[in-house]
Amino acid sequence: MSDTKDIDALIELMAKLPGLGPRSARRAVLHLIRKRGLLMMPLADQMGRVASTARECLNCGNVGTSDICDICSDDRRANGEICVVEDVADLWAMERSGVFKGRYHVLGGTLSALDSIGPEDLGIPRLMDRVVGETISEVILALNATIDGQTTAHYIADQLEHQVSVTTLAQGVPIGGELDYLDDGTISAALRARKKV
Amino acid sequence: MEWRDQGVLLSVRKHGEGSAIVDILTQEHGRHSGIIRGGAGRRMAPVLQLGARLDVAWRARLEAHLGAFTVEPIKSRAAVALNDRLALAGLNAVCAMAHVTLAERIACPQLYAHTERLLDLLPQTDLFPLAYVQWEMQVLQEIGFGLDLESCAVTGEIEDLIYISPKSGRAVSRQGAGEWADRLLPLPDCLKHTGTGQDADVLAGLQVLEFFWKSKVAKQLDLTDMPSARARFVDIFARQVSS
Repeated sequence: MSDTKDIDALIELMAKLPGLGPRSARRAVLHLIRKRGLLMMPLADQMGRVASTARECLNCGNVGTSDICDICSDDRRANGEICVVEDVADLWAMERSGVFKGRYHVLGGTLSALDSIGPEDLGIPRLMDRVVGETISEVILALNATIDGQTTAHYIADQLEHQVSVTTLAQGVPIGGELDYLDDGTISAALRARKKV
Repeated sequence: MEWRDQGVLLSVRKHGEGSAIVDILTQEHGRHSGIIRGGAGRRMAPVLQLGARLDVAWRARLEAHLGAFTVEPIKSRAAVALNDRLALAGLNAVCAMAHVTLAERIACPQLYAHTERLLDLLPQTDLFPLAYVQWEMQVLQEIGFGLDLESCAVTGEIEDLIYISPKSGRAVSRQGAGEWADRLLPLPDCLKHTGTGQDADVLAGLQVLEFFWKSKVAKQLDLTDMPSARARFVDIFARQVSS
């Protein structure tokens, strides 16, 4: 059994990844071992490199390999707009769309009274500093359409009142969405936000 | 063990990768927790928004177990609250206060009905704060800290009740207060279910109730403070009153 100690340890670590359990981790490790040269070694090298270089951007909270991320260091993106998102995955989703050309601010969560997550835990004071320091004209709140997300959005909007224009994403029918499958809340939000065609 | 009921969703916490532990104020089983398998997934996200009225089925091997819920939506309240500051803060306050103050698994059908009525008033933000004050008074009553505002604690008279004792939570009349008046709290009309429900009076009612939450209930429930969601609701309402 001692022969497989390292492999077992790897399986145990892999099983902690989101979406993987012990069984699927075992399958993944077996696959990696079979493709040692093609997949496992490059993966190990890359993981080692990322582990030593990955860090949060000191300005916006995005994940990159330098203290200031590519977006924050790009002068073309200093157009006076900041898009506030809950976490880095949301930032990446916005970037995939390629529509937004400004900068971001990653909160790292939402306000939660029950979990004792307050404004300081979310970098909201840092956002306030950025609004003043970077001559921002518009803050776009791209937070989830959930109770927690919108509570956080209203809190930030209150803090920025009279300082800057604050906007939020529209809510309604998604592209490709069928009314029959939408929940009541989305339909009523979409109806309230209807527009002329 | 198995039962079926209706309830209002008070809190949702992610558990593991895909599950959620929820807290629901049910009609016949009081505040009850349970796990929802797949509750942290995208499919359930619109259903598991605070304040939603759910049809719930709870199942466990033993009654003492946490148990698992299966839920179906009856009425979502998120949509009406999301775009209104006061409504959203009110919804958060109701859920947080019920979650923190109500004992688990003790049926309180009257309070449940009151909570449903209160949440149905969320879109009517002119009425909601007064209804919230009355709801908090019922919660205090339900957990054994009810205010006695029927008659004066000193003289027994039922007229001219303008103070409330910070110690006993009983009303005191102008005459009964005498030289102790400066040590008593003012008694807003809305707490006596009289008056016209002016915003300033409702705000005063919220502040008086806050005193009792902090001085009496928080100690008993071992809370360092009352939920910040309540403070935010009061703050937003106070700003609305002053503007």
